[in-house]
Amino acid sequence: MESLSVNPASADIASGDSVAPILSISGITKRFGSLAANQNISLSLHTGEIVALLGENGAGKTTLMNILFGHYRADSGTIEAFGEPLEQHSPEDALKRGIGMVHQHFTLADNLSVLDNIMLGTESLWQPFSRRSVARKRLQQIMQDAGLNVNIDSPVRDLTVGERQRVEILKALYRNVRILILDEPTAVLTPQEVDDLFVLLRSMASRGLAIIIISHKLHEVLAISDRVVVLRGGEVVGNAETATVDRNQLAEMIVGRAVERPCVEARPAGEEILALRAVTVRDRATHRIILSNIDLQVRSHEIVGVAGVSGNGQAVLASVLSGLCTPDEGEFLLQGETLKKPSPRLLTSKGLARIPEDRHTDGVVSEMSLWENLLLDELGQEPVWRMGMVLDRRTARQQACQLIDEYDVRCHNEEQPVGLLSGGNMQKLILARNLARDPDVILANQPTRGLDEGAIATVHSLLIDARNRGAGILLITEDLDELLRLSDRVVVMHDGHMSESLPGAGLTPRELGLRMSGAFDNNAT
Amino acid sequence: MDILDILISASFWAATIRIACPLIFATLGELICERAGVLNLGIEGIMTAGAMSGWLWVYNGGDLIGAVLFAAAVGAMLGLLHASFTVSLGLSQHVTGIGITLLASSLSYFIIKMLLPESTSPPKIVPFQNIDVPILSSLPFLGEALFSHTPLTYTAFLVVPIIMYVLYRTPWGLAMRIAGENPVALEAQGIDVIRVRTLAVMLGSALMAIGGASLTISAFDAFYFGMINGRGWICVALVIFASWRPGKALLGALLFAGLDAFQVRMQQQAGAYIPYQFFLMLPYVLSIVAMIIVARRAEYPKALLKPYRRGERL
Repeated sequence: MESLSVNPASADIASGDSVAPILSISGITKRFGSLAANQNISLSLHTGEIVALLGENGAGKTTLMNILFGHYRADSGTIEAFGEPLEQHSPEDALKRGIGMVHQHFTLADNLSVLDNIMLGTESLWQPFSRRSVARKRLQQIMQDAGLNVNIDSPVRDLTVGERQRVEILKALYRNVRILILDEPTAVLTPQEVDDLFVLLRSMASRGLAIIIISHKLHEVLAISDRVVVLRGGEVVGNAETATVDRNQLAEMIVGRAVERPCVEARPAGEEILALRAVTVRDRATHRIILSNIDLQVRSHEIVGVAGVSGNGQAVLASVLSGLCTPDEGEFLLQGETLKKPSPRLLTSKGLARIPEDRHTDGVVSEMSLWENLLLDELGQEPVWRMGMVLDRRTARQQACQLIDEYDVRCHNEEQPVGLLSGGNMQKLILARNLARDPDVILANQPTRGLDEGAIATVHSLLIDARNRGAGILLITEDLDELLRLSDRVVVMHDGHMSESLPGAGLTPRELGLRMSGAFDNNAT
Repeated sequence: MDILDILISASFWAATIRIACPLIFATLGELICERAGVLNLGIEGIMTAGAMSGWLWVYNGGDLIGAVLFAAAVGAMLGLLHASFTVSLGLSQHVTGIGITLLASSLSYFIIKMLLPESTSPPKIVPFQNIDVPILSSLPFLGEALFSHTPLTYTAFLVVPIIMYVLYRTPWGLAMRIAGENPVALEAQGIDVIRVRTLAVMLGSALMAIGGASLTISAFDAFYFGMINGRGWICVALVIFASWRPGKALLGALLFAGLDAFQVRMQQQAGAYIPYQFFLMLPYVLSIVAMIIVARRAEYPKALLKPYRRGERL
């Protein structure tokens, strides 16, 4: 690894480019309280280059880019863009200098049209009129040149996530940026949209745009970037040409140690604990069938993976199984008992654990403390709730500390608000809350979405342990690697239908991909 | 038919327009504040302060146009106060707004009491006079109903398309709307959110104050205690009724004013056998019904009530 940790000064030589960089950042340090988010970071960028900024959650990638774009002020260090220093700048200055940023959480106004969103800030605020038709023409020209297309009159709320991202990129192009920063651009995209985005980025780079892309997904970084800069704990730990490194080397640089994702060992499954029989769900508003005649069985000691492109009924399936939505037809059986009107509370008391898809909105209450969040599934149970009513704060805290220890949730203390945890630690907390009850069934919906390599490995081994102890797990995921590694059996969802189950062992992504596009009704095994 | 008689009388329609005037100003004012993401519950007090200061200007020998500008300035200052708490400091918009209402109305009454400690009936001024629009005012029915009003009333109706133009056709209006939808988007395009919101609240508050002033220097000729009488709160409701659109706000103001004008006439006709309080209640009850029907699907500005603090972890 030492050979890769080139110091930034020589990185320019390493990139084989004698032309002066258009952007050079040197010695940037930024602290949030006692936490050093960035320490002495240096980076350079050339015309037409795609540099990937790689690192775990909390490694300081976004902070660095927010400093570059002027959201934050660095404590020390200098930035030089196009040969001139950029000091104490605001986003306005950055944009004027030709630096644009596409934020991870899009900065669009949903109720306004694409054109309005793009024109914002491009005209003097005191101008008594907007030159909309001029802007429209120019935008159409830009779209044509860049080969990307969106309906510029439709309100942003009607666009898909991929289209919204294109609007963000258009916003930057409309302002003639020459350096484009993309913060986790693929986090919310489907695989197809990711491919489209990469084609677009490549063609823009070939026409001279310099791009910095923040990511923690290794295969994407390898596919798109010319050069990678790896951050860990706020410091640059690696800087190399992408062609000279492989996936494992990068993974090791990111985490600081070798990481191996665990696999399941085959074992016979036990008895059925959860089943859906001919379950059908209709959309409340449109009465369209969104879940059609689903038969599903989960037995103890097994992990059933649900594959499918996002939006093919997985979310509805998850809300049926967690009691948020009652099926219109069909039976829902838990532990051999038919549930007429399942509620989340009832399901929890019957031994179902849930890892929700969106941990921020459904998994935790971010403003509340760690120990309070750990109570959420066990309202009114001894010993934390004396006589089922009175909260014993001391016991609750003790129990929380124990869980925090056991599941290695990195935090200051149990009083800290959950919202301040990193994604991985938040997920570990949710797992701690769910697994401590020793559940019989676990509904794991996208359990590793947005997590870094280290956290993914932890979540996987926790799930595998639970399965080996006898739990039945339904794993809904879009990460095929995760699906194939963990699942004993796999079912595929497409357009509200579910395929027959396939044995997990020996299944290839290609076979799955075929079924994910809907080819399973006739040739299901 | 009594009701029909009321509806076909030109004086009923003229009264509707007259009553709508302060509501139009104040509703548009509230609408601008909320479009930029700030609820301004100071409206009731700002209208009282506007009514008082407009009247005071004329009472002290100033001219009527100066009175309107003075009221607007007083309103803008109160708006600046509201904005400095809710926008710059990011404090609760509800609490601050109610505080502004209490402060501004009490201060207005206090100033009147200090100036005129002895007076039993409030002194009168010469308000704006009706101006008959040439030719149009001589039309039968329509002339009396629409074209014989004070300049301030005509202005209220002119302000609606102006606000529409500003909101939907100017860069500043766009910035204001985005401040209320997604302030981060504004910041990311290099525009100062605090400044946009503060200016929007000041502009909105100035309109509210003009609405208040229109009562003392256009509709009536003196400042009475309790003269705003909940009109500000009605405007807050009208903004929701209007789904934050200026055109619909005008419609809502006219609807409420029409109901008010109607109930006054019903009181005169049926007051003998139905208690007058019933008629007083009518516009409010019907407003609630209209709200339920129209505003159920209202789309709030996404960032309404959400303070924006710069440099916080995004």
